[in-house]
Amino acid sequence: MSLSRQRKVLPGFRLTLGFTLFYLGLIVLIPLAATFAKTTTLSWPQFWHAVASPVTLAAYRLSFGASLCAALVNAVFGLLVAWVLVRYQFWGKKIMDGLVDLPFALPTAVAGITLATLYAQNGWIGRWLAPLGITVAYTRIGVFVALTFIGLPFVVRTLQPVLEDFDPELEEAAASLGANRLKTFYRVILPMIFPALSTGFALAFARALGEYGSVVFISSNLPFRTQIVPVLIMNKLEQFDYAGATALAMVMLAVSFLLLLAINWLQWWGTRHSERT
Amino acid sequence: MIPHPSSRLVQRRPATEPAFVRWILISIAVLFLALFLVVPLVAVFAQAFSKGIGYYLHTLANPATLSAIKLTCIAAGISVPLNCVFGVAAAWAIAKFDFPGKNFLITLIDLPFCVSPVIAGFIFILVFGAQGWFGPWLLNHGIHIIFAVPGIVLATIFVTFPFVARELIPLMQSQGRSEEEAARTLGASGWQTFWRVTLPNIKWGLLYGVILCNARAMGEFGAVSAIGGHQDSTNTMTLYVQALYENYDLTGAFAVASVLTFVAVLTIVLKAWVERKGTPLDNKTTSA
Repeated sequence: MSLSRQRKVLPGFRLTLGFTLFYLGLIVLIPLAATFAKTTTLSWPQFWHAVASPVTLAAYRLSFGASLCAALVNAVFGLLVAWVLVRYQFWGKKIMDGLVDLPFALPTAVAGITLATLYAQNGWIGRWLAPLGITVAYTRIGVFVALTFIGLPFVVRTLQPVLEDFDPELEEAAASLGANRLKTFYRVILPMIFPALSTGFALAFARALGEYGSVVFISSNLPFRTQIVPVLIMNKLEQFDYAGATALAMVMLAVSFLLLLAINWLQWWGTRHSERT
Repeated sequence: MIPHPSSRLVQRRPATEPAFVRWILISIAVLFLALFLVVPLVAVFAQAFSKGIGYYLHTLANPATLSAIKLTCIAAGISVPLNCVFGVAAAWAIAKFDFPGKNFLITLIDLPFCVSPVIAGFIFILVFGAQGWFGPWLLNHGIHIIFAVPGIVLATIFVTFPFVARELIPLMQSQGRSEEEAARTLGASGWQTFWRVTLPNIKWGLLYGVILCNARAMGEFGAVSAIGGHQDSTNTMTLYVQALYENYDLTGAFAVASVLTFVAVLTIVLKAWVERKGTPLDNKTTSA
């Protein structure tokens, strides 16, 4: 067809691609390249000391552990919320649907001071937990609560369109073949939405891993105990230990990039998955 | 004998859960969202007004608060239009033309989403700091970027970089290029095609991206905290919230936070409105 000739009808390819690459280079690529360049000026012992010292290892453990727990909780409750919002009718549904975006829209610092105040010993929620012996504010549980809050919209928003497009005939077929609702859910619905659920989980995990604003207020930020990696990087920055901060930033950038590739792959898997059925 | 007709009856009903299961699921979801979202939202305003409306207005009218509000508006006012122009240009290049490395380019555009805000601020210190690539030159010319307002703006641009592009790329890809090609064949110039055909088609998507971009620009904390250097002159609203909080002025911190929370709620309302307005338009263009 004459598609290839027609395409040349549209102008602006060089202008828009040129500007895109220029702006991308200026804002994203040059600063990232500077981080790489700075890393290469570090000696091995220097680099190793920054990325594998006991304090850093403890921070990795807390960052990855708390982010994983938060993303798992969000996967379970996010699936439940998305399901309820798509499938059922009830009073206040529209408001609830809009509220899901609050963690996106609310600045993390505001979330941080609010959660810290709510979960403090005398806070609205903390005073109910204190008699049970549960302390949330300034502990690792606080880190987990903050990361759960900021990751909440990801699973819901990834699952909603998939559940809306879900063909009800598949469920009816399962029911007519004798499966009960629970079995239909496990054997038909869950496998179908699994790619989207994984994407939402990965997005929530990636967001939690880099989070700073909300955690810094609700955690006591003590080395070895309640310090996450972004807070540790900020500490190094404030002490002008740029070498150490660069090394740690490099590790976190590599992890972010791998997560981004994983998310892209999951999204590709999801589209292929839905096209096949 | 008896199960037979009744099971046939079940088949005819749309597959759903028994009423009590639905009721339990709805209750859990509502309780979860109320605990995690509604309680914090109410708490912000309750804390902000805990010392009365006089103290609230006194905090907001404070010159330090006003200067923080001004800096936040400057940062958002520069980063949102720039990222908007970038988003439209990137979406035009990616959606209307074929070229090698397109998927890689999309991944690169997404990259700032995955970078921790603290690192986003830090990388600009590495470029423009005293030991950075351009540091010595800037120092000789007396230009201050890091620990100054330009650094705040740069870090804000970085963290809000993908928002508009992310909305427009899939939208313009799904719309294809036939309408623009028709306009060109009928004699419209490139700019006329863009203003009269493309822009009306993407306006709701563009607005949606701008709303999200602005919310993040005004609410950014980690990146501007890293590059601001904790000075009064580089306090954005979020940094000023932190400064008040750390000075044990809890009510003051929540008063400033309540303004940001109001912006967040406004963002959600506008977003829902754009979604409602934009959806029938999208359907019209895809079915046409």
